[in-house]
Amino acid sequence: MYSYTEFDKAFLAERNAQFRAQVERRIDGSLTEDEFKPLRLMNGVYLQLHAYMLRVAIPYGTLNSAQMRTLALLAEKWDKGYGHFTTRQNIQYNWPKLRDIPDMLDALGKVGLHAIQTSGNTIRNVTSDHFAGAAADEVADPRPVAELIRQWSTDHPEYQFLGRKFKIAITGAEQDRAVIKAHDIGLQLVERDGQQGVRVIVGGGLGRTPMIGKEIRDFLPLEDLLPYLEAVLSVYNLLGRRDNKYKARIKITVHENGIDEIRARVERNFAMLKPQFSGTDQALLKQIEAQFAAPAFSTASLAAYESAYTNDPVFRSWADTNLAEHKAPGHAIVTISLKAHGETPGDASADQMRVMADLAERYSHDELRISHEQNVILPHVHKSDLPAIHAELKAQGLATANVGLISDIIACPGMDYCALATARSIPIAQEIATRFDELKLEHEIGALKIKISGCINACGHHHVGHIGILGLDRAGVENYQITLGGDGSEDATIGERAGPGFSAEEITGAVERLVYAYLDLRDSAEETFLQTYRRVGMAPFKAALYPETQREKAA
Amino acid sequence: MPRAFTPKIVTANDLLEGDVIYQTADDRWSRHLEDAELITDEAHAQLRLLHAEAQTGKVVGAYLADAAPSASGPEPVHFREEFRRTGPSNYRHGKQEHAPA
Repeated sequence: MYSYTEFDKAFLAERNAQFRAQVERRIDGSLTEDEFKPLRLMNGVYLQLHAYMLRVAIPYGTLNSAQMRTLALLAEKWDKGYGHFTTRQNIQYNWPKLRDIPDMLDALGKVGLHAIQTSGNTIRNVTSDHFAGAAADEVADPRPVAELIRQWSTDHPEYQFLGRKFKIAITGAEQDRAVIKAHDIGLQLVERDGQQGVRVIVGGGLGRTPMIGKEIRDFLPLEDLLPYLEAVLSVYNLLGRRDNKYKARIKITVHENGIDEIRARVERNFAMLKPQFSGTDQALLKQIEAQFAAPAFSTASLAAYESAYTNDPVFRSWADTNLAEHKAPGHAIVTISLKAHGETPGDASADQMRVMADLAERYSHDELRISHEQNVILPHVHKSDLPAIHAELKAQGLATANVGLISDIIACPGMDYCALATARSIPIAQEIATRFDELKLEHEIGALKIKISGCINACGHHHVGHIGILGLDRAGVENYQITLGGDGSEDATIGERAGPGFSAEEITGAVERLVYAYLDLRDSAEETFLQTYRRVGMAPFKAALYPETQREKAA
Repeated sequence: MPRAFTPKIVTANDLLEGDVIYQTADDRWSRHLEDAELITDEAHAQLRLLHAEAQTGKVVGAYLADAAPSASGPEPVHFREEFRRTGPSNYRHGKQEHAPA
C-alpha cells in the first residue's frame, strides 16, 4: 500500500489547517455561506437534510487496519456510531457538527486519509476494482496507476474549477468490477506484445442522461497516460458546456461533438503536451509500484477449510457466495456483506469496522477494500483461516451469505439523508431484502443485481441494475420506476424503463412478480435473470409487472 | 381568480449543528415545527424569508416550505418536510431521537 511521504503529510496538514481557519471565519461571520460553500465542498462537507455530512475518500477502495480503525473512531467520537460506505468508494458520516469537522480531518490525516475533492467540480476520488492486486484475472494491479492519478489530480490548479465534476475509474482486468464505462474516463490496463498499456473509455455516466462510455484509444502506452489524461481534460475544459449544469458533463460533450471529433482534438493536444512530460511521472510511478508489491503469500494445509466446507452448511453457503478466486494458490478473496437482511445497505457500526480491521490485520496482510457495491473485502486470505474468519464475522452480524444475490442491493442514502433526493431508497432496499429472505428463495434465484436511486442523479446506479429502481416525487407522493436489463459489467448496458411507477407499498410486490416471472421463464437454473431478460425481452416481464393491463387487453 | 396562497413556514439548517430549525413569529429559531410562524400572506412570507436570510451567522439555506394549519401548530404538506421534522427512517436519529416513542 502507498504510504505518505513527508511532502504528502505536510500538504495534508497545511490543507487541514487552511480549512480549520475557513470554518472559524465562517463561524465568526467573516465568510458568508456563499463564500464558504465552495470551500467546504472542496473538503467533502455537505449540508444534508438533517445535518452536515462529511464524505471521506477511500482512494481506489484500499484501506489498512489503522485507517479502518480511524474510520471507526470518527463514527464513535464525532458521529452516531456508524458510517455509510458509498457507491464511489467513499465513506459518509451523516451527523457531524461544523465545529468538529476540522478535528475529524486531522484525525484522518494522521493515518493518510482525507476528504479532498470528494465533492465539487474537480476530479473526484479515483475508483478501482475492489479485487485489484488479488484477482486471478487481472493483467496488472491498477492501484499504482490510480495512486499516480490521485497525486496528479489532487489540488491540480487547472482542474479546481471544471465545468462539472469528473470521475475516473480504473481496472486491471477484462471482467469489469469498477463500472468503468459509467465514468467520465474509464481506464483498463491491457497488455500488447509484452508492453503495458491502457485502453481509454470516455464519456460514460449515469444521472439524468445515462451514457455508456466510448472507446477513444484501444491502446495507449502506459507512460503516455498523464499527458493523455491532460489532453482529454483540456478538450473537455474548452468544449464542455457551462451554460447548463445538466449538460456540463463530458458525456454530453462527447455526445454532442461525436467521439471522432473529440478523439482528433485530444490527439492534437496530446501531441503538444507529451513533450512537456520529462519522465518524472514515470519515476514516481516506479516508486509507487514498489509499495504495492504483492505480499508474501503463505502455504498451509487446507484440511480445516475442507472439513468446515463439508460439515458446516452455514459456512458452505457463505463460502459459495462470498468468496472469489485469488491469484495465489490456497488463497481466497473474502467479501464481507454489509447487506444483512433488513439493514441499511453499506452501513457499518464502529464495532463492526474494528472487527474487520482486526481480521484484516490478522488474516489479510493488513489490507481491506471497499467495493462500489457497498461491501468490504479482505483481499488476501489463506483458505485455512476462513473458518475462524467466518466465526468472528457471524458474531458481529457480518456473515450474511448474499454477495451477488437479490438482497445484495446497492442503495443511495435517498431522502432519509440526502438533500437532493426525491424519494427514499433505504426502506425499499430493506423491505425487498427482508421479503426475499422470508421467501427463502434468493439462492435459487441466483445472480441478480438490484440497484436503487432516490433521485435522477443515480448515485444508486439504477440504470445498470439488472432490476433498477428509481424513486421519484409524483404529485407529492413517493413513486418508484423500474428499469430492466441494465448491466454495469464489461458488457455495460443501460436498463430499459418497464412502464408506470409503483407506490412505496407496491414496489416490493412488483419486484416479487418480476422474480417469479423469471423463475418461470428461465430455461435452466444456470440461466441468470439478466440472460433470461436478454433472451426473452421486456414483454413477459411487463406482463408480470402490470397484470391489470393484460386483463384489460384480454377483455 | 388568483390562486389561493398556500400557507408557508420559514425553515433552514442551523449553522453550527446543521439540524433543521424553524422561524417563529417572535423571531426565535425553534427545533420544532409546531412553534413555527404559519404565514398566510405572500408578501409577508417574502419579508420573513429575507429576515431569515439576513441571519447568516445563525442559519444556512433558509427557504419557504408549504405548511397546513392544525390544532397543534403548522403541519407539513410534503413528505420531505415530514422527514425533516422527524429524522431518517432507518434509525431513530435526528429529531425523533428526543421525541417520546
